[in-house]
Amino acid sequence: MNLTSCKLAIRQYGPFTLLVLLLLTGWESAVQTGLVPAFILPAPSAIILALAEHHKLLLGTHLIATLQEVMLGFVLSVVFGSLLGMGMHMFRPLEKALYPFLIISQTIPLIALSPIFILWFGYTLWSKVAVVFLTAFFPVVVSTYDGLRSKGRAYHELLLTMGANRWQVLGKIEIPLAIPSFFSGLRLSVVYCVIGATIGEWLGGSQGLGYFSRRMAGNLQSAEMFAAVFLLSALGIALFLVIRLLEQIMMKKRGFFR
Amino acid sequence: MNGSLFVYKEVIKVTTILSIQQLNYAFPSSRTPVFTGLSMDIREGEFVSVIGSSGCGKSTLFKIIAGLLKPSGGQVILRGQSSAASRLGHIAYMPQQDLLLPWRTVLDNCLLPWELRRETGKEEAVQRIRGLLNRFGLSELEMAYPPELSGGMKQRVAFLRTLVSGGNLMLLDEPFGALDALTKRGMHRWLLELWGGLGKTVLFITHDLEEALLLSDRIYLMNGGSQPGLQELVVKLPRPRSYRINYDPQFIALREELERRLHESHLL
Repeated sequence: MNLTSCKLAIRQYGPFTLLVLLLLTGWESAVQTGLVPAFILPAPSAIILALAEHHKLLLGTHLIATLQEVMLGFVLSVVFGSLLGMGMHMFRPLEKALYPFLIISQTIPLIALSPIFILWFGYTLWSKVAVVFLTAFFPVVVSTYDGLRSKGRAYHELLLTMGANRWQVLGKIEIPLAIPSFFSGLRLSVVYCVIGATIGEWLGGSQGLGYFSRRMAGNLQSAEMFAAVFLLSALGIALFLVIRLLEQIMMKKRGFFR
Repeated sequence: MNGSLFVYKEVIKVTTILSIQQLNYAFPSSRTPVFTGLSMDIREGEFVSVIGSSGCGKSTLFKIIAGLLKPSGGQVILRGQSSAASRLGHIAYMPQQDLLLPWRTVLDNCLLPWELRRETGKEEAVQRIRGLLNRFGLSELEMAYPPELSGGMKQRVAFLRTLVSGGNLMLLDEPFGALDALTKRGMHRWLLELWGGLGKTVLFITHDLEEALLLSDRIYLMNGGSQPGLQELVVKLPRPRSYRINYDPQFIALREELERRLHESHLL
């Protein structure tokens, strides 16, 4: 039993792990032999050392600061995004008026627009939250809206013949059917949130992993910069997995996987 | 004179539950009608089948009766009322697919119609459904989820849900259409045994001739297209019926008659 699950794990993750190890070895030896200067590309061992050396600062201050911006921006975009998606689904004129705006808003290069948030909010937490909100908002709105309208025409009609009103159809049928699509939007948007927070911190501020990585890059301390980038990526993965877990708990509760 | 006329009117009032008059329908985007000139009367307690080839508009007819679609012409009168909105919620409708909600248990699926109205207490509603589940031979599946059920079981649960949806009139749109022949036979037997005690009026779509004869009091043949109207065939077989009545010579004669009529109207 244990042996077979071990085998399965090897078959599933073996090739990936092997490739990672190979790349890391190649990378490490390229730097160690002097093929690439360490300030251009630091060795993996140097990155780990930098992580260990600055772990208090990185984890205690900067990670917390970034996480705070991400969570605030994410929660705000989920609340307003799902409300707007639902509103667009329930009221056709709202959809007709707002959908083009949403598409157009996505063509605006966010980085170019971000300095305006500094003007509005100053170097506070809120200027970063605003960038996070803007990056995460769109996927939430679209996944909510698409999830609500996708399937369920037949279910909808069935409920109408049972005498249901529009809101009952929404609550009993459309929202449960929209959950998978809603969650895939959340997974996407939480990863965008980390990117948004990093951009926000680049623009100015005094803490956060984005701020730290930029400062280190300015000092040519690439190992430290890479350590921060590594943490940012790990943060994105962790948040992604948390959403995934939430989704599975919710689906299981509703009997989807039985 | 006057008195007898009054009595006649009274009889009509009591017995005719649904009356369809010169019904036409065409999809908004097309000029050729789906059907024209349909008229029928359904009386209280009857089991009436509608037979027709695929695409002749049987399901469309049901959607109009249920109040989901507005007819292009003609009238549907349910207990004297002719507005479509007044029919929504008063006619139980069972579409082709079972449409059980996969995230709800069998019991919760059957509670759905109650949740939308909340006319009685929850305990009462649950008791009623438990009683029916028991009677339908489904009591052990109360906490099961639809994906765990076989095709026949799903149809039984969907039938039960339709039964508690309210309204004496039930529209069943090919409820056994997706089942294999053996399961279907089992469902016929099951339905015939239950039928007498339910006290419901049923309008039933099928394209299975034996099924129609076995279950119905009357059969309407539907032409569809611009060929107007319906043909009626009365099934004079005694009730209660056994599912084995299809070996009865009377049944076989009716079947021949039905096929001859279908042939004559180019449906077969």
